[in-house]
This record gives sequence, structure tokens and C-alpha cells, in this order.
Amino acid sequence: MLVSSNWLQELIDISSYSPEELAEIITKTGIEVESVTPVAEGVSGVVVGYVESCVQHPNADKLSLCQVDVGEETLQIVCGAPNIAEGQQVAVAKPGAVLPGNFKIKKTKLRGEESNGMICSLQELGIDEKDVPKEFADGIFVFPEDVKAGADALSLLNLDDKIIELGLTPNRSDALSMAGVAYEVAAAIDGDYELQEEDVPYSNKAAGDLISVEVEDKQANPYYGAFIIKDIKVGASPLWMRNRLTAAGIRPINNVVDITNYVLLEYGQPLHAFDYDRFDSDKVVTRRAKDGEMITTLDNQKRELKNHHLVITNGDEAHAIAGVMGGAKSEVQEDTKTLILEAAYFDPSVVRQASKDHGLRSESSNRFEKGVDPNRVERAGKRACELLAKYAGGTVLSGAVSVDQLDRSEKTVSIKTSVINDRLGTSITNEEIADILRRLQFTYEQSGEHFDVKIPTRRGDIELFEDMLEEVARIFGYDNLPYTLPQGSSQAGGLTLEQQLKRKVKSYFEGAGLHETITYSLTPKERSQMLVSPEIKRQAQSPVGLAMPMSEDHSHLRLSMLPELLQSLSYNVARKQKDLSYYEVGTVFVSNEEQVTKQPKEILRASGALTGTWISHAWQQEKKEVDFYVVKGIVEGLSAQLDLSFTYEKTKLPHMHPGRTALVKSGDKEIGFIGQVHPKLQKELGLKDTYVFDLNAEELFAQYTKEEAFQAIPRYPSVSRDIALVVDEQITSAAIAHTISEAGAPLVKDVQVFDVYQGDHLPEGKKSLAFNLLYLDPHRTLKDQEVEEAHDKILTAVKDEHEAELRG
Amino acid sequence: MKERLEELKQEALEKVSKSENVQSLKDVRVEYLGKKGPITEVLRGMGKLSKEERPVIGQLANEVRESIAAAIDTKQTRLEDEELEKQLEAESIDVTLPGRPVRVGGPHLLTSIVEEIEDLFIGMGFEIKEGPEVETDYYNFEALNLPKGHPARDMQDSFYITEELLLRTHTSPVQARTMGQKDGNEPVKMICPGKVYRRDTDDATHSHQFTQLEGLLVDKHVRMSDLKGVLNAFAKQMFGAERDIRLRPSFFPFTEPSVEMDISCKVCEGKGCSVCKGTGWIEILGAGMVHPNVLEMAGYDPKEYSGFAFGMGPERIAMLKYGVDDIRNFYTNDIRFLEQYHKA
Ligand SMILES: [Zn+2]
Repeated sequence: MLVSSNWLQELIDISSYSPEELAEIITKTGIEVESVTPVAEGVSGVVVGYVESCVQHPNADKLSLCQVDVGEETLQIVCGAPNIAEGQQVAVAKPGAVLPGNFKIKKTKLRGEESNGMICSLQELGIDEKDVPKEFADGIFVFPEDVKAGADALSLLNLDDKIIELGLTPNRSDALSMAGVAYEVAAAIDGDYELQEEDVPYSNKAAGDLISVEVEDKQANPYYGAFIIKDIKVGASPLWMRNRLTAAGIRPINNVVDITNYVLLEYGQPLHAFDYDRFDSDKVVTRRAKDGEMITTLDNQKRELKNHHLVITNGDEAHAIAGVMGGAKSEVQEDTKTLILEAAYFDPSVVRQASKDHGLRSESSNRFEKGVDPNRVERAGKRACELLAKYAGGTVLSGAVSVDQLDRSEKTVSIKTSVINDRLGTSITNEEIADILRRLQFTYEQSGEHFDVKIPTRRGDIELFEDMLEEVARIFGYDNLPYTLPQGSSQAGGLTLEQQLKRKVKSYFEGAGLHETITYSLTPKERSQMLVSPEIKRQAQSPVGLAMPMSEDHSHLRLSMLPELLQSLSYNVARKQKDLSYYEVGTVFVSNEEQVTKQPKEILRASGALTGTWISHAWQQEKKEVDFYVVKGIVEGLSAQLDLSFTYEKTKLPHMHPGRTALVKSGDKEIGFIGQVHPKLQKELGLKDTYVFDLNAEELFAQYTKEEAFQAIPRYPSVSRDIALVVDEQITSAAIAHTISEAGAPLVKDVQVFDVYQGDHLPEGKKSLAFNLLYLDPHRTLKDQEVEEAHDKILTAVKDEHEAELRG
Repeated sequence: MKERLEELKQEALEKVSKSENVQSLKDVRVEYLGKKGPITEVLRGMGKLSKEERPVIGQLANEVRESIAAAIDTKQTRLEDEELEKQLEAESIDVTLPGRPVRVGGPHLLTSIVEEIEDLFIGMGFEIKEGPEVETDYYNFEALNLPKGHPARDMQDSFYITEELLLRTHTSPVQARTMGQKDGNEPVKMICPGKVYRRDTDDATHSHQFTQLEGLLVDKHVRMSDLKGVLNAFAKQMFGAERDIRLRPSFFPFTEPSVEMDISCKVCEGKGCSVCKGTGWIEILGAGMVHPNVLEMAGYDPKEYSGFAFGMGPERIAMLKYGVDDIRNFYTNDIRFLEQYHKA
């Protein structure tokens, strides 16, 4: 809502505040002021000029040479506008004047003729193109009424105004009118305002002779009033009215349309004027449209109606979509003589639906949708009649013809001072409450601390005690609330075990050299089903898709974070950032339904993607590219952090390198996978060798058991032995280590591979694996002989199970 | 004999002081303290002495031995230290060469902000609650006083999956769910951070996915001044002790009264500048007293229980605090962006 401060000043005395000060007060008490903007900042020296003569410029076809009376003197001015003519009253920027953009006017010569100033268009004076009346769009502005030569054109054109822009929340539609704003400001500054009574010069003839009204759906249209105004002379509306419309961002058109718009701004009630003759009927019938019924609206669009739309008809065909837009057929035109003026109340949801269906958001629909003041509907009609009589030569036939079932009653809300203080933490007195109600102009009955407050119908947003609590609080002033801390039952705040573990996992990854990323949950369909861990894939029917995605890029919920992580790597590599190590902890969305009806399972996962150089220490010639074992090391570190033991099994997965991918298990549960991205996908993404991991964090947290007891540090020394075995190259180190641990139990406490060798001195198809074994008895020092015996048992076992030979 | 011992002592000490290396000291040790050395010899000749003289000479001989041995030890330590020093000097390196780099990662800026806020509220006794990102229409809207057809639903156009399921448009459903679990007779004191989604085209100030952090306190006798006190503590902790707050009226369907909280502009100290659009204040969050309909739907009697709620956007806070000028930066994961804020 754009509020002219000049207009507001005429409604309520705000002269002791600058518009900026007022803005601050309004913001703090009720409605946020988004901006205060001068209509024409820094403009000066523009006066009214009377064009005494206007002749063709001797040296230029398209220029005119004018003698313009500007009060004290007559100036010769060269003008290029096509609509300049003798006898006009125009806006003249005299030499020394300043126009918007700090454009200074000087005496000059144009094609050999002196020009002492400039005759201005509205655009040149700083008025927005869209607000300029059509007749002046391509030329200078001509005053529509008699003004005095030499008078200040800026104030005549309201260019000295400042516009206060209100950011209205949906509940404060009462401030979608100057009257509403004035009531609000009155409460804020403790000023006086009341909407003036209308004064309509009714003629003797009754409107009922020319029109009747029928309403079929009184739920959707509880009030419909039709006024008849005859003898209309369509023309320009008065300058002050045009100025106010312009200030509010509405383009002046003609007096009839301008008056309905003006009343809309003044009262917040949309009105519509039909040309009685073109309406072509003596009855107005409002009804639900028929499916497929057509109407051509004012914007010359043919529109198809549905049976939930409400239309205004002449008993036969639709002449308006109720509350949204009028029809082209009965539009007011220059030759219009008689008007049907509609003042109606339409159900907000009906208007909202129609406005949505037709993609039409207008000043009217915006107000109807939020609910207009039932006590101002008819009054707004009267106000328009008053103005039509005054400024459009209209004769108003007496009495509105109406169908009326509108509830105009005022609701009562009861409040109690002690409850208000209990809720606000204040100690407001009964007197202060009474004073706040007076400022709001809410009537009430008081008995002690009880107030029964009658809520004016303009404030449809107030229904409950809490709504009144807000009214009291905001006028009392939030600045005046004390600062307190909650007194109630105290609890120890804190993180749950899962939340703690999530933080632990994240800081582990960060310590291990990974950067946390956050990617989008919505991905293209194709990506949503890529690189999905097998245990997720088994549970998921298909990715969950949006009913109406905004774009294909964000159409489906992810089943894996890896595709978006890889996109992030790719994005960076394209920007010459090549060494990357990313992780994300986030949810994937798993639904076991083909057609989703229930909320999908949201599973927390920890995923990572690494590419490029891992460690590079140039002068020591140390350079390590990210490889499988870098990533595996990180995952192993994670298991150590959580005190879990993971096992790895070679596997093949789509989009993964067939020889470098492993399933990860924790205990006997599959929890995810690690490995290299398939080189074909790497190439598509412009990535070098890239390794990923994708783990079920939720499962890891479930398996985590908090350290029960401190484990004593062994008091006896351990014995370390190495063993190098030659085995078939297919046999995994994990399998041998497993055999060693079993055969060496209980003395063998740890088995670590420390060398893998294949090549010279070994037969084809064989490899050598070297292990370091740790023997320990926590209760005594081991004897050499015991270790030897265990060692022999191990050698026998690996030979039996894996045909492993000791490497000589 | 006494003279002989004194003589030996002088001789030996002189040799010790003349020794220039560990080997020659060793020789001195063998020469004077060895089994065949002169002192041992002197002791052997003690048999010839009288009963009275014997202990005197014996004691003297021991003293001489000890002082020679002490002199040798001292000198030896010194020589060894000198030798080690020389050797270490030869092992010296260029300390200005760069060290072996350690890979260091770090948290995302949004995580840092969220965790900072979490810790702050944990300190005030709040719990952290989480909830599903795919929500039911009921929890996302209806339980929050936004029945079907409510105009405020337009304010947050949503991503629907089915008619009844959608990506949550705010984290408020977590509040509704948490309250619902309390049977209307237990207090709630929680914050809920999380991802939310709205039908916005991504640009510098809009993102179809973003983060929200909301807080809720429901108990008997919760006052609006408590909300002001808690928000003030939050603002000072988060933005600096010298920041002031102000509350001004606003509207949210799930709170009544509803307010927005501004903090005084840091750039101009409240005088008005381009950052605060000349107002001296910067909008930080929305808040209010929990709407009685919301309390009722969650099973609380609004006459007995009251509460406050607040909600903020960590992206916005990060943008204000660190001058991030494009919300898309949080989701493109440019390494140059991520690394900048690891100390945040
Ligand atoms: Zn500022």
C-alpha cells in the first residue's frame, strides 16, 4: 500500500512529524514501513505557464516557438512536443530549475532561436511512465483545469509529496485504505480521525425504476447494491484526484473510472461501474457461472468460466467476474450517459479462487480476497455517487437497489487486565488499558479489570483474546516490555546421543581432512537413482518425485548424496580447483511404495567424495594422489572413532569401478560402500580418479555402545613376530588375517599387513603378504616357547586353508 | 705416605685438566684409579704403618681417589657435551623450508552458525529436536493454524508430493509434533534446526532449499517479556554485546501476538545507512506468543499454558554476519567459499 503523506495530512494532523518520523512510529506500533520516497526528489523551479502563442519554429519542422506567460514575465521557449498549442496551461521549468536526475535548466539556443526554459512532460517531472495518463504519454502535460500562471506547479502536481510504502501482513487488510491507515495512525500518535459521512445529492427519481437486483448465491454474495447515476459526462477527473491516484500508483483514466478507484483507495472498497445502456438490461443477476461460459474481460481477454466462479449478469450473459474484473461489453466509454454502480460484498474465498484461476490480481481482487469492511460497502457506493455528482455531472437516482444479508454486527472480545499482564510480563493499569482502547477507537464496557471490547468491523482480524492482547501490547509499545527470563520448570538442555555422535562424526571427518558440504535434496530424476548403496536400493521402490516440480533439475528426492557431491567436485574442477575432499552428512529419502502415499523413511547417511592430490610435499618429492586406500583409511578411522569394526568385501556396483569397489559391513549389517567412481562417469564429469564412500550413519549410531568400563593397560610385555606368506593372488589379505587370528587365539591380539609384493622372484599368479603379529597374555609374561607353538599352529592353519607357504 | 698421596692427587688433577678428549681422560682414569695404579700401590703398603696411622692414611687415600674420580667425571661430561654439540651442529637443517602439509577440513558455514546457536540455547536449557523433511499437510499447515484455503498458505508456496505430503516449508511441524507428544501437561523447551523447501526460483536472495531454526517454549505462565529476554540474550551473544534489539508487530498464523525482531545496525551504529536501508535496524527473526489454536490442537489448554516461539534463517544470519552476498554460495560448495569460513 502506497500512502501519500500529503493526502494523509488532510485526513489526520501529522504535521508535527516528518514522514520519516511517522514511518518509524507506524513501524513500531503496527505496520512495517518499507520505504519513504519523495515523488520528485530535488526538483525545483517549475511553475505554471500560459501559452500565449505558439508558432512553427522557422528552422525546424518538428519544433514550435512559444511565448509563455509564467507570471512575472513572458518567456520564449522552444518546444518539441506534438501536443503543444496556444491557450494551454503547462508546467514550465524556468532557467535555473532542477529536474529529476539533477538536470539543470539553462538558457539556450535551439536552431538559432532562444529558448528560456522547458515545457515539461510528466515523465520529465519524475512521474513513473505507467502512472502517466494516456493522453499525455507522448507529449507535454496540460493542466486540465484553470490554474494561475506563475503558480508553483510542483505542489499543483503533488510533486512535493512523500510516499510512505506499507508492507502489509495478510491480517492487516484494514490498512488497504486511506481511512484504515488514518485510524491506525490516529492510534499510533494519539490523534483524531473519523471517516466523514457521505453527502449524496439524490434526485427525486428512484433507482428502482431502472434496475432490479437478484442474488442467487447469498453465501457467496451476501450484499449487492446497485446505484444508478444518470447524465454522466465522461471527461478528465480533477487534478487533485489524479494526483492522489498517481501517488498510489494508479494511472488516471477518466473521471468515472478514477472516482471508483479513488473510493477504493479511500474506503478500501472496490466498486465497479457498468455502462447502463451497454449492460442492456433492467436487472442485475449475480450467480455462479456455468461450466464453459465465456466472458471477454476489460483487458480484452476471452476467458472460460467454471461453475465455482461468481459472475454479474444482466440476467442472460456475464458482464463481470465478481470482484475480479469487469466485462468489456459494458465498459464505461466516452459516450457513456448512465451508470450502474456496483457496491458489493463477495466471499473472500470465491474471489481468491477466481483470481487464481484467471491469473488476475487486481487492486479489487486483492481487497475482496482479504475481506472488506461490511459497514463500509454501501457507504463507499454513496461516496462514489457524491463524487460522480460533483465531478462527472451525474444525477444520482435515490436509493440503492440491493439484496442484503450481510452480517454487520460487531464482535465482542473480553479482556482482563491481570491476564494481559500475566501474558506480557507487564504491570499495565486498568486506566492504561482504557486509554489504549480509546486510541484504537474501540468502544467497550468496563467493570473493574474486565473489559468487553466491541471490535469495529473494519478490524476483521480481531476475534480472540490473544488478538486484543496484541492490540494492547503494540500500542503500549514493545519497547516498554521488560526483559525477563523464563521462570518455569527448568530442565537440563543438551544433545541426544545421536546428535552428539553426528557432531563427533563430522569433526572426525574434518580432522581427517574433509570439507563439509551441503547439497540439494532435490535432484534430477536420473541422478536421484545413481550411486545408491545396495542396502538402500533393496528398500526403495523408486525415488520420490514431486507432483509439480519447478524444473527437471530439482524434481526428485535423493537416494544418495553422492551424485550431488560429484556435481560439486565437477563444479570446482571446472574452476581449476583440482584437489578436493568433500563429505556430507544428510538424509536420503526411501519409500517402499511404487506410488507414494506415506512419508518416506528418512535415513541419515555420511558420504564423501575425494579427487586429485591428497598430500603433496614438493621439495621432498612426496606426492600422493587420492586412491582407494586413502578413502578406506578415512572410513577405518571412522570405525575406530565409533569403536566398531568394519569388514570390506569386493563388489560390483553400477557407475563404480568394477575392480575397486567394496561393500562395507559393520557386524553383520551392510552399511554402505566405498570405491572408485567408474572412469566413464568420471570422464563425463570432467573428473580425474575420484573415490567415494557412502555409509548409513543411522545404523552406525545404533551399533555404537558407549564405553562401559575402562580397560586396564596391559602390565606384561607383548611379543611381536613377523611372518611373510606366499599365496595365490586372488586370496585377500583379510581372509589370511582372519585365519591367523582364529588359529592364534587367544594369544594373538593384533594382525597387521605391512607388505604386499608381487613380481620378481615370485611364481606367476602368486603374491607375498607380510604380517606383523602381536602376542599378548594380559596376566603374565609370555615364554618364547609358547609363542613358537602358537606361531607353528598359525603356519599350519594358513597352509591348510589357503595353501600359503612361508616365504623363504 | 701422606705426601705421596698429595703428590699423586696434584699430578692426576693436572692431567685431567690437560685432557682434551674422552680417550685421554680414560687413560688418566686407568693410570691413577686402576688396579695397578699408584694409589692402590700406596694402599698395599699400609701394612707397614702403625695401627693409629692406618685409618688416617686409608681415609686420605679414599679422599684422593674420590676427588680424582669426581674431576674426571666432571671433565668427561663436559667433553661429551662438547662433542655432541659439534656432532649436532653438523646435522643442522634449513628451518625455513616448508613443512609437510597436513590435510585439514572444516565445517560448512551454515553448520557453524547452527551449532553456535544450538549451543547457546542448550546453555539456556533447550533441547534440540528434529523431524522429517517430507511432512504431512496436517503437521506442516493445519496443526499450525493454517487450514486449507488459508490465505497465508500463499506466502509459502510449497513442493507437494501428493495432496497430503509435501516438503516441509518451515521447521514448525517439529514443534507441533513435539508438543503433541506431551499430552498437554508437560512443558516444552526446544529448538529445531533443519532444511526447508519452498517454490522459489534460485537467485541471489532466494533458494528453493534453505535452513531454518525455530525455538519453542511452552509452560505455565510464559510471558512475552520472557521472549524478549531470551531473544535479547541470543542477539547479544550472536551479534555482540553492544547490539540493541527491538520488537515490532508482525503476523504469523501460528503466533499471536506476532513480532519481528530487529537488531541495531552494526555498520552505522543505528544512525541509518544503505545496509539498514536508512532505518538503523536490521531484521533478524520472527517470533511471537504461541497461538491458542496451535496450543489447543497439540492438546494444551491455552488458559493454563502459554508459550513463545521464534524462527530465523541461518543463511540470513550468515549473510549479515559474514557479508555473504549470494545465498546460492551456500549450496554450490565452491571450495574457495567453504575454506574461507572454516574458522567461523
Ligand atoms: Zn545501518
